[in-house]
Amino acid sequence: MSLLSTRGLTKSYAGVTANSDINFDLPKGQTRALIGPNGAGKSTFVGMISGRIEATSGTVTLAGEDISNLPAHQRIAKGIAYTFQITSVFGGLSVTENIALAARRHLGAAAPERVAEVLDQVGLTDRADQTARDLSYGHQRILEIGMGLAQNPRLFILDEPTQGLAEAEIDAFKTLIRALDPATTILLIEHNMSVVMDLADTITVLDQGRILAEGTPPEIRANAAVQAAYLGTEHA
Amino acid sequence: MRLYSRANALHLGLIALLAVLFFVLPAYHTGNLARIMVLAVFAMGYNLLFGYTGLLSLGHALFFAAGMYGLTLTMHLGGATPAPAFLAGLIAALIVSAIVGFLALRTTGVAFMIVTLMFAQAGYLTILYFGTYTRGDEGIVIPQARRALLGIDLSQDSNRYFAALILFAVALLITGALVRSGFGRTLVAIRENEDRATMIGYDVQRFKLIAVIASGVLSGASGAAYALLFGYAGATFATVQYSIFPLLWVLLGGAGTTIGPLIGAVFMFYLIDYASGLTNAYLLLVGIVLVALTLFAPQGIVGTIRARWIRWLP
Repeated sequence: MSLLSTRGLTKSYAGVTANSDINFDLPKGQTRALIGPNGAGKSTFVGMISGRIEATSGTVTLAGEDISNLPAHQRIAKGIAYTFQITSVFGGLSVTENIALAARRHLGAAAPERVAEVLDQVGLTDRADQTARDLSYGHQRILEIGMGLAQNPRLFILDEPTQGLAEAEIDAFKTLIRALDPATTILLIEHNMSVVMDLADTITVLDQGRILAEGTPPEIRANAAVQAAYLGTEHA
Repeated sequence: MRLYSRANALHLGLIALLAVLFFVLPAYHTGNLARIMVLAVFAMGYNLLFGYTGLLSLGHALFFAAGMYGLTLTMHLGGATPAPAFLAGLIAALIVSAIVGFLALRTTGVAFMIVTLMFAQAGYLTILYFGTYTRGDEGIVIPQARRALLGIDLSQDSNRYFAALILFAVALLITGALVRSGFGRTLVAIRENEDRATMIGYDVQRFKLIAVIASGVLSGASGAAYALLFGYAGATFATVQYSIFPLLWVLLGGAGTTIGPLIGAVFMFYLIDYASGLTNAYLLLVGIVLVALTLFAPQGIVGTIRARWIRWLP
């Protein structure tokens, strides 16, 4: 059974359709990349899944439960973690407190142990006491991923996690994601093709608010329509 | 948890210092301090919402007045004794803040400021409208004979001072524990980044509503105590001026610090006191000092001390 399904998911902004009738299934444990040209509706799509953006119509199902009518915080509490496209951490708080806030909601008194684990996992133990806004950009991105991990999510949505990172940092990110529990289901919006090809089990291509193609990395690479719409225009 | 004990030590030390000051300072200053401690509780209530949760209200006079009139009217019209009347003051503040919070929290930012301001103005006009009962601007004097709590005459100087100190101590210890709890740290998270707080699964609206109510009840406790200890309730206390005061005290003392509200209230009180002794244009002097502080210590007195020297200050 799919961990996440959408049926007929649609978003219109004042007549402009950002997402149109999207039927999407993500099996448990899979790492799925969501790609497509700018403006294809990727962020709108994950926004409707996480509840940040209200859908015009359609349903979102998580592990068999219809979560379409739940507000964002309740969807998160059901096991969705979300990292923002534009870095969004608690700037005035310490690195530890950032991760603790994410862990405390569901772990309560057991949070400190998980916080230590996550700090170690993302390699921020040495900077645990620093104020988040004093971290480098790359470290802030990593911190945000750490906040996601601290929630022990069933579904981890990453919106362009490697945007603006240096090559070495991107490699570290790949290593981090590969080392995650294989049971974690990941939905990854990504422009960096090396990250997509290395990490994704399956790729979904969005174009103009619709699913254009879906398949394994080699299939997508070979897909003529995808090349025309996306790879061809931007990366050839 | 070293920080925990240091913060507690600071709070208990401050309470002990205030107790000792009563025996050291001349009567004029202990009289002032009693008033300041009660008003500091108002500032602490305000700080919980502004300093910790990041919500700027311009209507806290309404909560102060709700507590004040909750107590005074229960005594004046209902003939109650101070203890149940004080409880009535707290309940009045709780109900008013729950309603205002429920409605005003549908807005954010500047709209929230305007909506709270409007509610407070409506509250002020309501007090004037029902002048038959509230005696409007003229106000209600609570006779000395009735200001006895558990047989202790609260109009007497030392009793009044220590009653104010007990209220202040309880409020300080409660807020001190609250802001270091998971709940309080979630409020800080909301202040820092509301969107992020939602997207790690916190029900931000619920936390904000609880913060408004807690803030309103503390402010109401201050208002009720003020009427009881100083024997007077008047519509002046519901004016916009009394919504601005706690904001100023908190800004001066240090928003988001536990002892800032007291420091700010002391500073402001004595600044006015000292300046008015120097010149008739004392408000000009006060204004210049406030501008200077805002320019050179935007985090307030305690906030600046924390940022520069003592990082562990709660």
